[in-house]
Amino acid sequence: MTNGRLILKTENLGIEFGGLTAVKDFDIEMKANQIYGLIGPNGAGKTTIFNLLTKVYEPTHGSIYLNGKDITKESIVSVNQLGIARTFQNIRLFKDLTVLDNVKVGMHHSVRYNLLDSILKLPKYRNEEKAVREKAMSLLRLFDLEQFADVKASNLPYGKQRKLEIARALGTNPKLLLLDEPAAGMNPAETAELMETIKTVREKFSLAILLIEHDMKFVMGICERITVLNFGQVLATGTPDEIRNNPEVIAAYLGSDEE
Amino acid sequence: MAKLKTAFLGKNRNCHLCLGLVIIAYIVIEVLMYTGSLKSLFINLLVPVTSYIIVALALNLVVGISGELSLGHAGFMSIGAFTGVIVSNVMATMISNDILRLVISIIVGAIVAAFFGFLISIPVLKLQGDYLAIVTLAFGQIIKSLINNTFLGFDSNGFHFSFITNTVTLGTGGKMLINGPIGATATDRISTFTVGVILLIITILIIFHFINSKYGRSVMATRDDRIAAQSVGINVVKTKTIAFVLSAGIAGAAGVLYGLNFSTLVPARFDFNQSILILVYVVLGGLGNMFGTIISTFILVLLPELLRFLADYRMLIYAIVLIVIMIVTNNPTINQFIKKIFRRKKAEGELNND
Ligand SMILES: Nc1ncnc2c1ncn2[C@@H]1O[C@H](COP(=O)(O)OP(=O)(O)O)[C@@H](O)[C@H]1O
Ligand SMILES: [Mg+2]
Repeated sequence: MTNGRLILKTENLGIEFGGLTAVKDFDIEMKANQIYGLIGPNGAGKTTIFNLLTKVYEPTHGSIYLNGKDITKESIVSVNQLGIARTFQNIRLFKDLTVLDNVKVGMHHSVRYNLLDSILKLPKYRNEEKAVREKAMSLLRLFDLEQFADVKASNLPYGKQRKLEIARALGTNPKLLLLDEPAAGMNPAETAELMETIKTVREKFSLAILLIEHDMKFVMGICERITVLNFGQVLATGTPDEIRNNPEVIAAYLGSDEE
Repeated sequence: MAKLKTAFLGKNRNCHLCLGLVIIAYIVIEVLMYTGSLKSLFINLLVPVTSYIIVALALNLVVGISGELSLGHAGFMSIGAFTGVIVSNVMATMISNDILRLVISIIVGAIVAAFFGFLISIPVLKLQGDYLAIVTLAFGQIIKSLINNTFLGFDSNGFHFSFITNTVTLGTGGKMLINGPIGATATDRISTFTVGVILLIITILIIFHFINSKYGRSVMATRDDRIAAQSVGINVVKTKTIAFVLSAGIAGAAGVLYGLNFSTLVPARFDFNQSILILVYVVLGGLGNMFGTIISTFILVLLPELLRFLADYRMLIYAIVLIVIMIVTNNPTINQFIKKIFRRKKAEGELNND
């Protein structure tokens, strides 16, 4: 399932906010096509790592490599164009746009017409718009959202908003997808369904997925490899079985977190 | 018939509603003019009101769609107006057809205003926050002062220009185009209501086609969430620049229409108050709501004139109307009520279709 090529690698990645070290010496090696879990207690620095990888934050230390290319100095926009897409822990949809338009915005890199084509509604505009609409609809179908295509994004129920964010990210055609607590606020049935969808997405789009999640059943059930973070530093890395049986992890996180 | 209805209202409902409103209003006004039942006061206001609707739509593109505040749209109008005066005068001997001369003036005025819009947006739109508001405010003032101090004449030897003090001497047959604070005088009044309405229709089409394109979606996405837009690969600076330049160009075109409607035009006509008034039309019509902008501008431009008979009470009534509109457009209960009526009508329409 996974081949040997590294899609993502970081070296000594870190960031300080004022005096506070939020993330320190974070190293990760992710293989192409891998589903990888990033777990740890609240405030451990998981979301901050996503913000570093996507250049929302400027790292104070270390380097990030995507497919062997150093992307540490790239911008948020170019990181996406190079192949990383993400969702946000506190959902950031384009709230006044429709569900369909949210996905279309993610696909604009492949829409080829210029301002004049659109203002004059030339055939090129019509054809490209038709194509992007069809592509966006097929993504919505994958997430069971097609019947909501014309609904304003902010009017969707919470669980569906999370799915829409994933669909929007996929529209950018990424090689690496970062999901920040994708199952948060979902009921068990929705969570189970989401697990299947994520597996399907990995196969269908042949991409690697790095996900943050608190639901241990979810993480253990879907991830091939897991890194545990505590106080901004890596506590352990391994397969789900290794993590489950790691005494340090149990002491710091799993033991106290599982009722 | 049912098909026609869905095709008409369907995806581009708002665009078609705006076009319908403008065309119906045009026909009604033309008929009233033909039957002689319009007062000349009202007739004289037709071109200015059309200009203001166009510039208000342009401003709504920036404020409502792009989510940036511009306090200097009167400045773009001014650039358009005086460019239009210059172009129209220079071409007066070459092109005898007034309509053609007007159209060329509008195009040139729009391009020059768009260029200034581009110059402003280079430094400003890179920054986040309310910088655009501050810079456009300054821009409006600077443009007013510049034109106030510009002396530009034209004769058989070409252009003659001086700044701050008037040292322009013209040969026989020469004409002062911009005469400092006096502005433009003895301008051929070539603007017509019909050309204005056509320009308005073109503006509506341009704005809605823009909104319904990847450019419009990108700019609205950026407005809703800048980080999220960047995270899906949107170049937010480029996107906002395109919207702003387009808006400046349309405001310039409106300025030409306005400027060539009066034989005299002072630069102080396009001051800060003017920019704020245009913003008031936009806010009262609803941010991003083009239909509302058309209606609110129409009412608010005409109202002070139509209330003249009230003499001293005029501005009092004007203020009351402003407040009432504000309450009506922002009151959730009233909005709900209007929506409900509309939805019921739509539902009935759908039933009829079956
Ligand atoms: N922009 C910021 N400024 C200051 N501190 C921040 C910022 N972003 C995150 N932090 C801090 O970094 C730490 C890690 O936060 P976060 O990455 O959100 O944790 P989590 O693992 O729950 O996602 C927290 O102490 C948080 O307060
Ligand atoms: Mg988090």
